[in-house]
Amino acid sequence: MTIEELRKIAETERAAQKKFQHHVCVCIAAGCLSGGAEHVRDALNKEVAESGMRNEVLVKGVGCMGLCSAGPLVTVETAVETAVNTDVQMFASVTPEDAPEIIRSLDTGGATGGDLAAAGLHPCPTNVPFFERQKKIVLENSGKIDPERIEDYIAHDGYVALVTAITEMTPLEVIDRVKSSGLRGRGGAGYPTGLKWSTVAKTGEQQKYVICNADEGDPGAFMDRAVLESDPHRVLEGMAIAAYAVGAQQGFIYVRAEYPLAVKHLKTAIKQAERMGLLGNSISGTRFSFHIDIRLGAGAFVCGEETALIASIEGKRGTPRPRPPFPAESGLWECPTLINNVETFANVAPIVRHGAEWFARIGTEKSKGTKVFALAGRVQNTGLIEVPMGITLREIIYDIGGGVPDGKQYKAVQTGGPSGGCIPAEHLDSPVDYESLARIGSIMGSGGMIVMDETSCMVDVAKYFMEFCMSESCGKCIPCRAGTQQLHGILEKITAGEATPADVALLEELCELVRHTSLCGLGQSAPNPVVTTLKYFREEYDAHVTGDGCPAGTCGCGAGTRACRAETRLGAPGSQTSGEVTL
Amino acid sequence: MQTYVGAPQLPSDDKRWKIVEATARRHGREPHALIETLHTVQECFGYLDENALRFVASVLRVPLSRVYGAATFYHFFTLKPKGRHACVVCTGTACYIKGAPLLLKAIEQRYSIKPGETTPDGELSLLTARCLGSCGLAPAAVMDSAVLGKIAPQDILARIERGIHP
Ligand SMILES: Cc1cc2nc3c(=O)[nH]c(=O)nc-3n(C[C@H](O)[C@H](O)[C@H](O)COP(=O)(O)O)c2cc1C
Ligand code: SF4
Ligand code: FES
Ligand code: FES
Repeated sequence: MTIEELRKIAETERAAQKKFQHHVCVCIAAGCLSGGAEHVRDALNKEVAESGMRNEVLVKGVGCMGLCSAGPLVTVETAVETAVNTDVQMFASVTPEDAPEIIRSLDTGGATGGDLAAAGLHPCPTNVPFFERQKKIVLENSGKIDPERIEDYIAHDGYVALVTAITEMTPLEVIDRVKSSGLRGRGGAGYPTGLKWSTVAKTGEQQKYVICNADEGDPGAFMDRAVLESDPHRVLEGMAIAAYAVGAQQGFIYVRAEYPLAVKHLKTAIKQAERMGLLGNSISGTRFSFHIDIRLGAGAFVCGEETALIASIEGKRGTPRPRPPFPAESGLWECPTLINNVETFANVAPIVRHGAEWFARIGTEKSKGTKVFALAGRVQNTGLIEVPMGITLREIIYDIGGGVPDGKQYKAVQTGGPSGGCIPAEHLDSPVDYESLARIGSIMGSGGMIVMDETSCMVDVAKYFMEFCMSESCGKCIPCRAGTQQLHGILEKITAGEATPADVALLEELCELVRHTSLCGLGQSAPNPVVTTLKYFREEYDAHVTGDGCPAGTCGCGAGTRACRAETRLGAPGSQTSGEVTL
Repeated sequence: MQTYVGAPQLPSDDKRWKIVEATARRHGREPHALIETLHTVQECFGYLDENALRFVASVLRVPLSRVYGAATFYHFFTLKPKGRHACVVCTGTACYIKGAPLLLKAIEQRYSIKPGETTPDGELSLLTARCLGSCGLAPAAVMDSAVLGKIAPQDILARIERGIHP
């Protein structure tokens, strides 16, 4: 495949799509799919056929459009000859029954939002902060292209970067470009990507591997899943460029078995890329060959840690090992191995295509580019967003997210999942970049962002994450295996209203111990949710241990009298939830 | 490197064993195919029983202890058969904040089973998942294969009843 051949495919595809006056895109990524998006697509297809508009209307299934909570989402785009921009109308909460009205609205062209609402549809404005405050690089094709067609990806400049890199650039030039772009790993730790690549490239070994970490383990985050479901070729292209740069011939994508749709789209994408000669032997007629295989994870959070992930690909129990040696020197089957996150790879093709300076202009001094977040919890607009680094938490939660609903009071935002922390209102104006989030005790993490209001008890939240770490601890080292159990036990005691101030002191001491003596990142960061909630919400801990009860009213008994507590534990009538659950 | 001599002894003439064997063969019957092979067993049979573990050990020529070790380490694998119906409650952070514990409590009280357990009549298994990717619809659950978003405790009980006794 040469660059000319690629251009030709792109032009043919664009011309084929242009023949249709109207483009109707249905989001068929996981969120909308669970709302019945497939039936919506079928109904739209049927309607188009029945109204004899097959030559004018293209109905296609696309990836996540971002506003998942309003799904199933459908966009309608009509090419307007005279205007520079095309006209896009988005519909929310679409049902199969809406199909006739949507197709009818195509003919009327200039229908206003009011007209559409009168027809029973839910028009969703796209000129609102939720869409306008975002900056899309990783998600630029998400919600626009059909993830199961390589031609659609190529029509959006896909694989230009790969072919350019291997035919016109040396591996060193590729690495230099990634280095000077300032791209840092999006898997959590933020290690400079170019630096990691050059370490792997410098090893003299013959056999090297590239691994894409798609084991997204943060419970409440789905960024990588959305990228894989919506635009799988972007990840393959990034991996292939990386392989060329570091000199690897074989790649693996380690993806969660719980993501069947992502696996399906990846498998299709690999087959298509191989058929076009964009993966496989002698890519673009050069001496560069690269194959990608998929390995399924099996539901162990610790396998997101790079050395555990490698053990898992080798068919073993996924337990971490001490580093050094780092995988860059000795990884899969003791060969030099480059491991990057899905989103890291997804940034590579645009950087090669547009240049390092373009990327480096976005973001802050030390954190370049954008970050994808899964915004969820007690916030009006939940879904998938991509924002420039340096944006403040307040802008994300109040402008993009639309604030806390139901007239409730904001309490905290949790970033970084079980390894991160809870950030209180006083730090809402903190910019979102690696250093700033670390300064206030949390981490950037892989992109989970969960907003909590006054109804969440911070001790309970800390207990939730500790329970997670406890059950996910691989058991290899004692501080983490036994420490998370002890920490969880103390938190249980506190939420049950049975703890004393001495327990809180013990909790703090144990946090320090587990953090400093655990073998891998799981244990080292497991105390983070406890430490940040102790730092910012100490009064909630105090209330639980001094007999004032749980301020949020979530931990068993709000009043905190001993009799009431006993009743709650026995699940007797009068406990907080029994009224709701007995039918 | 050892080469495999002869066809492996299949535990029975159930065709599914052939599918399992094919997975192992695709990976050259190397020990590193262990997890992929266990995935195939679970896909075919729904769970991993002793027979299956022994078979996988013999096909890949790894000690049974290592097969058992992997099968018990990874949460995705189950050594017990599931019930005829399965209800998966998401306990990811977004769902937890929005009331997943109440869903679990309701189901636990009604059917006297805890997550990971199956009712004695084999009708219903209660499972939990860490994020179904539908956080926008929290709290979320899956009954058999239908995803239920923004679901309340009463509604999930009603939905389970309908699933078990259609
Ligand atoms: C307990 C634990 C879980 C992790 N989970 C993930 C994960 O789900 N996805 C991921 O990309 N990185 C995860 N990481 C980080 C990886 O070890 C590794 O740093 C990362 O994949 C490197 O890629 P990057 O440089 O592109 O960020 C995890 C680390 C630890 C300690
Ligand atoms: S810190 Fe925890 S997860 Fe990591 S190696 Fe030790 S026991 Fe295993
Ligand atoms: S899944 Fe449809 S908008 Fe996110
Ligand atoms: S946390 Fe439940 S679907 Fe994501």
